[in-house]
Amino acid sequence: MPRQTPFHSRTNALCESQNWVEWSGYFSAQTYEMDHIHEYNAIRLGAGLFDVSPLFKYFIRGRDAVALMNRVITRDASKCGVGQIFYTAWCDDEGKIIDDGTVARLGEDSFRMTAATPTLCWLEDNAFGMDVEIEEVTDAYGALALQGPTSRDILQQLTDTDLSSLKYFRMLETKLAGAPVNISRTGYTGDLGYEIFAEPDQCEGIWDALIETGAAYKLLPAGMTALDMVRIEAGMLLLDADFHSASTAMFEVEKTSPYELGLGWMVNLKKDHFVGQEALRRENARGPATCTVGLEIDVLALEKVFVQNSMPLQLPYQSWVDELPVYSDSDQRDHIGRATSGTWSPVMKKYPVIGRVKPQYAKIGTRVYVEQTVEARRYAVPATVVKMPFFDPPRKRE
Amino acid sequence: MGNNDVVIIGAGHNSLVAAGYLAKAGRRVVVLEKSSVVGGTATTDETFPGFKISPVADTAGYLSDEVKTDLKLDSQVEIIPLDPIASSPEPDGTHLAIWRDTARTVKEIERFSPADAAKYPLFVERMTKIAGVIEGLLKLTPMDLPSVGLADIRAALGLAGPVLKLGRKNINELLRLLPTPVEDLLNEWFESDVLKGALAASAVKDVTWGPQETGTTFTFIYNWALSDTGLFRSASLVKGGIGELTKAMAETARGFGAQIRTDVEVKSIDVERGKVTGVTLANGESIQAGTVVSGASPRTTFLELLDARYLDTSFVRHVHNIKYRGSASRMHFALSGLPEFPSLAGAETDGYLRGPIQIAPSINYLQRAFDHTKYGRVASAPYLDIVIPTVADPSLAPSGKHIMSVTVKYTPYALRDGDWAAKGPEIAKLVVDTIAEYAPNFPGLIIDQMLLTPVDLETVYDLPEGNVNHGEMTLDQFFHMRPIPGYARYRTPVEGMYLCGPGCHPGGGVTGLPGQNAAREILKDAK
Repeated sequence: MPRQTPFHSRTNALCESQNWVEWSGYFSAQTYEMDHIHEYNAIRLGAGLFDVSPLFKYFIRGRDAVALMNRVITRDASKCGVGQIFYTAWCDDEGKIIDDGTVARLGEDSFRMTAATPTLCWLEDNAFGMDVEIEEVTDAYGALALQGPTSRDILQQLTDTDLSSLKYFRMLETKLAGAPVNISRTGYTGDLGYEIFAEPDQCEGIWDALIETGAAYKLLPAGMTALDMVRIEAGMLLLDADFHSASTAMFEVEKTSPYELGLGWMVNLKKDHFVGQEALRRENARGPATCTVGLEIDVLALEKVFVQNSMPLQLPYQSWVDELPVYSDSDQRDHIGRATSGTWSPVMKKYPVIGRVKPQYAKIGTRVYVEQTVEARRYAVPATVVKMPFFDPPRKRE
Repeated sequence: MGNNDVVIIGAGHNSLVAAGYLAKAGRRVVVLEKSSVVGGTATTDETFPGFKISPVADTAGYLSDEVKTDLKLDSQVEIIPLDPIASSPEPDGTHLAIWRDTARTVKEIERFSPADAAKYPLFVERMTKIAGVIEGLLKLTPMDLPSVGLADIRAALGLAGPVLKLGRKNINELLRLLPTPVEDLLNEWFESDVLKGALAASAVKDVTWGPQETGTTFTFIYNWALSDTGLFRSASLVKGGIGELTKAMAETARGFGAQIRTDVEVKSIDVERGKVTGVTLANGESIQAGTVVSGASPRTTFLELLDARYLDTSFVRHVHNIKYRGSASRMHFALSGLPEFPSLAGAETDGYLRGPIQIAPSINYLQRAFDHTKYGRVASAPYLDIVIPTVADPSLAPSGKHIMSVTVKYTPYALRDGDWAAKGPEIAKLVVDTIAEYAPNFPGLIIDQMLLTPVDLETVYDLPEGNVNHGEMTLDQFFHMRPIPGYARYRTPVEGMYLCGPGCHPGGGVTGLPGQNAAREILKDAK
């Protein structure tokens, strides 16, 4: 049976749907109400409050903390200032991605790392001969994500610290409703938002304060269904959906490099040795085998397919994760890639899809065809390669 | 120094062999040795004044004939063959000796089992055939499985002869036998506990396994393949001690132009962008070289001398996971006279004491001794391998006096209780008491004694976990898996950096083969 996060007494009381999923061994609400749409709207129009405690968390401390981080991650950890956070990938020896997550520099010689998958062993394997202490703190901290346009206003009610000075991908230590917390301006929604780390015995009080204060700011507790829709809008990749970890992939072809995932910007080939660097150097020279792209399904063309079948247009009411073939032609002869997740976006009134195609089809504006099934028949529906993130409001950084 | 120069780390026998071959081929070689003498684990010194002991290695019986000839060692050292190759005094006062001569051994075995005696010649014939194939493999550079190249196939063709000669039935037999416990092999042939104990002892002498453990048939055949006796273990001394052999190797290398520096400690191997650039010494001096060859263990080389953070994670993990777990201690005695083993009655005249003496009365005795090790304890009744080198080479001790060197098994490096500092005297007493059971006058003869525990072997001789072979010689750490899969061809992930020690194929023992094979691969790469 899954374990309970430090917020469980509160999330459980609010979870009308009792629609729980397991997330890294913990109970996680799929939706709070029977339907997710209010939660989705809250994230984009007010604020959504997520319990993200199941994230794997690590402290890395010691004289060689920078060296260890630099050996593991693809970005240059020495360029991460104290109080700054890097979104980064880490790879295996062959330059294939193992996981992505955030690395927060707590001090000159200390970092906090978050990951989607267990990473302690990988960190220890790489710390050989280094003067560094690695501690898993997944259970030592509860974590919340407060995301949406009103998130700053809500938080500001509960702290004396001026949050307008907290920049994107920066963090600070403060008190929230009297409880010591670490607040970072990060998230998985592509919106204005914050992540809050606190010790377990402080968690219920923080939750109560946020719910109470948030009532006036269109705040709702939000679950994974709504989160998956907004992360697709934000063009953020999901492990085991848009890519697979090299450490658990069953076949070589399932593995991908940061270049293939559009994360080439975070591969620093100039820094000192890191795991996978040589392989990535070679890949960079010859170019990646596939490219991750944003696709926008032509909804009018999709409607025609439904009409052919004497049906009204049906759009995905929530996100999907799949491996749908992508073709260069409507005859479905030339297979060029796959669509890995997609959703109807109520806020954009568009149908964004994340996929991976051969590099020559990755240019913005390229027309491709995504397989869609209507009445048990497969159709190739036109889609256009567009810029990701699909939804990128200025308030995210402002 | 130019880019063609070679730095060799350590002056153990494999390093010296590699130095000899490389210098002979015209490479400018410098060998750097931490201690003040060459030889590594193959040295001879006067720990007891007037007595010359060889503290770690003492048998020259596994040395490759080709190396001996190529490096002109024959003319420089005198090898003294020992016979019998093993004698086993028994607790009940009987004894069994194995001689180089099969007929003579058959007569010995007849005292215990006429059936075994009848089968022994066929056993020797069969094992010799199988060992012949293994011998061929040991002299080759391991194949790069699974991507075997043309050159590998060409090299392996040399094996076709012995393999074909073996015949289909014996090939199957070879594949069936290698992973089995040596006890199973011997049970298929023999009934006498005494004979089986005597044969099984050599299979476990250099590994932390008991004879009931899988893969000990492989170590049995490995010894057979390389031994100078044509049988299951080697039995030869170098006149003046094994140190004379490594001194001769050094002389040969010098003769070819190699420079050998002692009292020089290498602190680090220097790497730039994946390529070796040389070494830095403990005194701060840097020596540049395009080729660096390490005779040190894989653990010392990759995790101490190299900066592990420049190596692949999976590589470091593999190196870290190499099994060492030494379990042998070495003990040496200066004696005022020759011990009398009543069970080896008339021993002196019959020459029984000339060869190695095994305290290994049965397979069960050996296995029980090993069982303790599984739980981190010292064997309460240890298996001892004893050599009294002064019987064959009186020059090693003052007239009438003797040396006794003992390999003590099993004394595990990782003790469950207590630490090694306190354990020494206990083990020393155990060894003396055990020998006294077979040779009651022994304690009264002791002038001086010295014990080298696995921890001593680690600290004094840089042998991780006290394993003299730089890694357990088990089937899973052999051939293309020694030291680790993917790196069995003496090359390393660092360009220009090689291994030449017993941590590589074909492993430990004073064979010269890792050094010879490494030199061959280094020269190949230079072309």
